[in-house]
Amino acid sequence: MAAISEAGVATAPRPVAARKRRSPYPMWFFMPAAVIYAGLFLFPTFSSAWFSLTRWNLFSSSFIGLDNFAQFFREPFLIQGLTNTVIFAVTTSGLKVVLGLALAVLLTSPRVWRDWLRSVVFFPVLVSTVGVGITFTVFMHPTQGLINEALALIGIKGPGWLTDPKLALLSVAFVDVWRGVGLATVIYIAGIVSIPRDYYEAARIDGSTPWQSFLYVTLPLCRPATVTVITLSFIGGLRTFDLVWAMTRGGPGFSSDTIASVIYKQYQAGFYGLSTAGNVVLFILIAVLVIPLTMFLNRREGHE
Amino acid sequence: MTKTTRRTALGAFSATLLTLTALSGTAFAQQTTLTLLIDNAPNTVASAEAVVADFEAANPDINIEIETRPGGGEGDNIVKTRLATQTMADVFLYNSGSLFQAINPAQFLVDLTNEPWQDDVQNSFKQVVTAPDGTVRGAPFGAAMGGGIFYNKPIYEELGLSAPKTWDEFMANNEAIKAAGKVAVIQTYGATWTSQLFVLADFYNVSAKDSSFASRYTAGEAKFATDPAALRGFEKLQSVYEGGYLNEDFGAATYEDGVRMIATGEGAHYPMLTFATGAMAEGFPDNIEDVGFFAQPGDDAALNGLTVWMPAGIYIPQTTSNLDAAKKFVAFVASTAGCDAQTRAGGATGPYLINGCSLPEDVPPAVSDLLPYFAEGGQNGPALEFLSPIKGPALEQITVEVGSGIRSAADGAALYDEDVRKQAQQLGLPGW
Repeated sequence: MAAISEAGVATAPRPVAARKRRSPYPMWFFMPAAVIYAGLFLFPTFSSAWFSLTRWNLFSSSFIGLDNFAQFFREPFLIQGLTNTVIFAVTTSGLKVVLGLALAVLLTSPRVWRDWLRSVVFFPVLVSTVGVGITFTVFMHPTQGLINEALALIGIKGPGWLTDPKLALLSVAFVDVWRGVGLATVIYIAGIVSIPRDYYEAARIDGSTPWQSFLYVTLPLCRPATVTVITLSFIGGLRTFDLVWAMTRGGPGFSSDTIASVIYKQYQAGFYGLSTAGNVVLFILIAVLVIPLTMFLNRREGHE
Repeated sequence: MTKTTRRTALGAFSATLLTLTALSGTAFAQQTTLTLLIDNAPNTVASAEAVVADFEAANPDINIEIETRPGGGEGDNIVKTRLATQTMADVFLYNSGSLFQAINPAQFLVDLTNEPWQDDVQNSFKQVVTAPDGTVRGAPFGAAMGGGIFYNKPIYEELGLSAPKTWDEFMANNEAIKAAGKVAVIQTYGATWTSQLFVLADFYNVSAKDSSFASRYTAGEAKFATDPAALRGFEKLQSVYEGGYLNEDFGAATYEDGVRMIATGEGAHYPMLTFATGAMAEGFPDNIEDVGFFAQPGDDAALNGLTVWMPAGIYIPQTTSNLDAAKKFVAFVASTAGCDAQTRAGGATGPYLINGCSLPEDVPPAVSDLLPYFAEGGQNGPALEFLSPIKGPALEQITVEVGSGIRSAADGAALYDEDVRKQAQQLGLPGW
């Protein structure tokens, strides 16, 4: 893949050259796409920025300046929602990197059942998140759930996975990893497969153990895959909503609320201006966390 | 096929088509089709279907199509969106009280103040569907409900208990039930809305001590955290958890579980609105005689009374193109024929708010326990959400926290006051 060429070229002036190149299409070729983009993306973005400054009940709106933002930051659960969001994003993207890489190494090694295992790992990605959430809610029922009944067979009294405020968020994070690790694995498989065999042969001639091959060949050369997995799952984790909503609705109480579920609750309560303000906050938060992260990851990549 | 036969066939075919068009044309000319939007709770659907069937039988020229929407917050948003985009059904069912005020009734709903059937609607209901300009915009659909505690009669008989009049008696009963190895109080926080009952159903006790609480609360002067009577609701919720009286799976159990548990005797008490009688009658007809009901006890037996919820209202949006037919249907709902149809569909769950509507002789015990509170000299009063436009949206999460020991009663009440302040500000009320 691009790994080798980019690593080789390092900070060559390639991007600059790309920018200078003239587009082969005349301007009006872009018009249909531009209209769609403006209608479906630009207009809603700017109108929601406007509505975040109003008290809006769908029927009428009145301008109230930054009051919604002030109220949103006064939300008693915003801080917990923020912390939960970051905990969730870091846990899930971390686990997806580790497990995705481990599974990818396993599934690229020449073994029987490989294709079958690949589909098994990828399968959860294809299932609807809400379906996954509801299924696991049933599995995690404190007294009748499959998980606790299985634990009871070996004499362990399982906790209330989704009803214990200390565990609820982590249980949801676990399900999110189960669901999303397939995608991470596929990205890693692509990254690992693209590493030329020569490197491994050279390493083996130098007497490296399999572990050393992994550490000094596989790991550095699939860095672009790692960057992709981290970025995607971190952004996904920050704006996670559907799984949390399907499994706990932010509960018990407020213990597994994320920013997105706090925003949705404001919307449900009919505080449309307030929930729009929350969306603007979420947008800014993702930008503030992810842009430096991507810059950091890409800079490291460029230096190697 | 020869040319002639083909022509004949074509002729016959077009003649048939013409006849069909003509026939259906006349049929449509006589028929008016109304749409009716209701929530998707099984009880509501059953009642609405029965009312519609009876109405169509009496009015063969009007055909009604029922549409359903989800309940709760999602349903609220569907109603608001459809009103705002002028795509509302010809007739729709929606909450009365504080949620009714939130859909701008004066702007969107047809004024029904001067309809002849309004004479038969009880004033207590008219108040909760009156727009700020003083006009009445709806008719009652369903029966009045009590908020209180269902109890399982066989357990009470087995342990020799009697329905409590004070909170201390109630807690003593719980202790006896727990000692007998049974679940004393069923809670179903898997459906978070059910967690609010101990707080909301305590409102009769609050207003019995201080009749001005609702107006002071609307004005921002009375707070749950600082008013000892109002705080009691949260304290009761906490004490039930701390006593260890709850079912083991209270955090995950749902409303349907609660209905099953109280009907079949898996638990002794279930705090709930009395509309659950309908679900019990439908799901557990053999056990319906085993379930009784009492109002949430307060601290003083002499002040014992029931917190009452008004039924939902049925409204006509101003965008309807079939106003006459819609009014006919609403008039039918607000008639004795309308309530008889509902009783037939879902059983009697409580008193109707239409004069002349009667309940059958053989109502379930939970309903007959309810009626004395409504009878002459009975003690009842509306829930807070019918006296004030403010109800904080996060109450159900807060009561889950207090009711499962995550947060103390005092903290929960203070947090709820914050939530209420936000709602009041959004409504633009003075004094906040």
